[in-house]
Amino acid sequence: MSLNYKSIVAAATFAGLISGIAYAGDLTVVSWGGAYTKSQVEGYHKPWMAKTGKSIISEDYTGGLAEIKAQVESGNVSWDVVDLELSDAIRGCDEGLFEVIDHSSLPPAPDGTPATEDFIDGSLSSECAVPNIVWSSVYVYDSSKVRNWNAPKTMADFFNTDAFPGKRGMRKNPRVTLEFALIADGVPTSEVYEMLGTEEGLARAFAKLDTIKDDVIWWEAGAQPPQLLADGEVIFTTAWNGRVFNAVAAEDKSFEMVWDGQIYDLDLFAIVKGTKNLENALDFVKFATATEQLAAQASWISYGPARKSSAPLIGTYHDNPDIQMLEHMPTSPAALKNALANDFMFWADNFDEINEKFNAWLAG
Amino acid sequence: MPNVIEPITAADGTPLKKKLARALFRSKIRAAGLVLPLFAFILCTFVVPIFALMVQGVHNDTFHTYMPRTAEVLEDWDGSSLPGELIFATLAKELAKTKKERTVGKVATRVNRQYSGARSTFTKTARKAVKMEAPFKNAILKADKKWKRVEFWQAIKLTSQTWTPAFYGAALDYELSLNDGFERKAEKERIHVKLFWRTLVISAVVMGFCLLLGYPVAYLLATLPLKTSNLLMILVLLPFWTSLLVRTTAWIAILQSQGVVNDILVWIGVTSNDSRFSLIYNMTGTVVAMTHILLPFMVLPLYSVMKTIPSSYVRAARSLGATPTWAFLKIYLPQTVPGIGAGGLLVFILAIGYYITPALVGGQSGVLISNMIAFHMKSSLNWSLAAALGGILLGGVLLLYWAYDRVVGIDNVKLG
Repeated sequence: MSLNYKSIVAAATFAGLISGIAYAGDLTVVSWGGAYTKSQVEGYHKPWMAKTGKSIISEDYTGGLAEIKAQVESGNVSWDVVDLELSDAIRGCDEGLFEVIDHSSLPPAPDGTPATEDFIDGSLSSECAVPNIVWSSVYVYDSSKVRNWNAPKTMADFFNTDAFPGKRGMRKNPRVTLEFALIADGVPTSEVYEMLGTEEGLARAFAKLDTIKDDVIWWEAGAQPPQLLADGEVIFTTAWNGRVFNAVAAEDKSFEMVWDGQIYDLDLFAIVKGTKNLENALDFVKFATATEQLAAQASWISYGPARKSSAPLIGTYHDNPDIQMLEHMPTSPAALKNALANDFMFWADNFDEINEKFNAWLAG
Repeated sequence: MPNVIEPITAADGTPLKKKLARALFRSKIRAAGLVLPLFAFILCTFVVPIFALMVQGVHNDTFHTYMPRTAEVLEDWDGSSLPGELIFATLAKELAKTKKERTVGKVATRVNRQYSGARSTFTKTARKAVKMEAPFKNAILKADKKWKRVEFWQAIKLTSQTWTPAFYGAALDYELSLNDGFERKAEKERIHVKLFWRTLVISAVVMGFCLLLGYPVAYLLATLPLKTSNLLMILVLLPFWTSLLVRTTAWIAILQSQGVVNDILVWIGVTSNDSRFSLIYNMTGTVVAMTHILLPFMVLPLYSVMKTIPSSYVRAARSLGATPTWAFLKIYLPQTVPGIGAGGLLVFILAIGYYITPALVGGQSGVLISNMIAFHMKSSLNWSLAAALGGILLGGVLLLYWAYDRVVGIDNVKLG
């Protein structure tokens, strides 16, 4: 006899997570909110709605797979398309939470290059998801605040509390945080993951973090770091580059990014298994990740398009022709000088164990 | 002549006793019918989900569901040397099957919780398993070197067991291994017990502060003339009706280093601009915000008890020569114990389950066990561990409740 409690639990969690019942539209697209969702609404949603005459409901979430798991296991799927980090896309695909998307059915580039070659290398590694942007974790400071130090230039500066005294904001997550620590400790970017895979490497990263532990304010949502910085709560903070760009371009903040040691990652669209709007969802994903749409989104936020063919189409910021978007992308040559690609396979394998250590370290 | 007592009968000849029982039964059914909707509601939304989650803490059938034959043949494995061809062959077949059905990831994630890195070993081997031929042992060993490790197989056997105490062990910082049983985790990896203690301590501290602040307020409310006390009551109730998130973020604005409190302290010269106090994103912030949020839960029960205490008792004590302190301690305080008990219990139990406020203002030292439960529920998706942590928390609360009942007596609680 198989116990049926899983669906009960899933249903109960689901009821707890989603309060109120959203009215049924043609498609529900879930993303990270804020400036990022805005760029997607402008770049993808509106053109798709205009083209098909169907409606899209846009919802926000803070990442993770819990809501999706609850929906799939209770058989009550109300999210159709979800914007995810790569490691979550792979994990969710493993756990059977997403529909498989045939990558060869994606539209080719305008010059006829098939989609499988047009997307940047390695970005199609999950058969359940289609990448849309390249985003990056960097650290930022506020150049309008008068301080008695020169501008920081390297990742090592972030950890240097003697030259740069004050609080620092970091994401409460071992991902990126540990890599930053090793880069700051002088490990070449090409060896970071190899080193993190060993006991000594991990200990070295934590030892480096120990040096700033008392000065860290941990953030969890992407909107927090620009706020912490604007409030003067922290002198530096790690952040997602698009959020910083938005604060600069749309809110006239004088935040400066330090690209040294940046870690870039992908965001992808996946379709929740068991959706009632599968056809619309597939159509939307194909439409949104086409060359023109990816380039259109890039005029709203400084995340790099996941297709090579979109790069030549990238222009200026939507309401300021002086801001060349390409210069602010994590994929620009200046930003890539000392950069690291997030190793999602490493994290898919080791996240649980390292995260446990990270939490114990935090509480210790 | 024997004295026979005739049973008293009703008008239609049935014995009165029977008739009465029938009438009572009917009214009982009617009463039960009224309670039934509520009972069903509580059963469906409270008892069943909690029970179902509790079961998850000791029951995880992921491996057994997707690889049943491997789980079966592993039962006979001795656990000390590399398994034989039969186990390898079964594994290869089922890996190929799960690969086709797209369930290999579920199994891999489950084993990965027991043995880090198992995920990629499973998915990689499953990809190759589709084309594997006998002898399977060689083929699998060639696919990934982890299969050569006995510890890896031990971890797989552990996860193949459907009923397991491993999650409760992990919730108390113990690690389960196949041959040695439970072993305490390395000092650096222990976290849950520490968080359980911290949760208890912070909850007790918050309860203490609430009592300290709430008692005088409740006294004032109970003794002032109705007109004034009603106005003051609104001041207690307004924050009570305000959203939790609003109150928590308000505390951030007040306590942060560029916030109101620090600005005032700098202005009056208590501290300099460069050495502002850290009042938030640590334990201080958690205690302050939680005390404020939970204060009404202390004030209201206290108030309702104090309202019923006649002021003449204290006056009588005073006229008989007691000092004000003595009269308070001997006469007034004992009469408010039911209110203290109720308020204390309410605040303490609510505080133990708090997680939004610590998540927002707790930083690293103000995080509680409920944050860990939320994390495993929402992010890591390790629901079994979340259930075990929740089970221990529930057990702890029930234990405290029992102790409270023994010491103070639950009949002494007055909730209003």
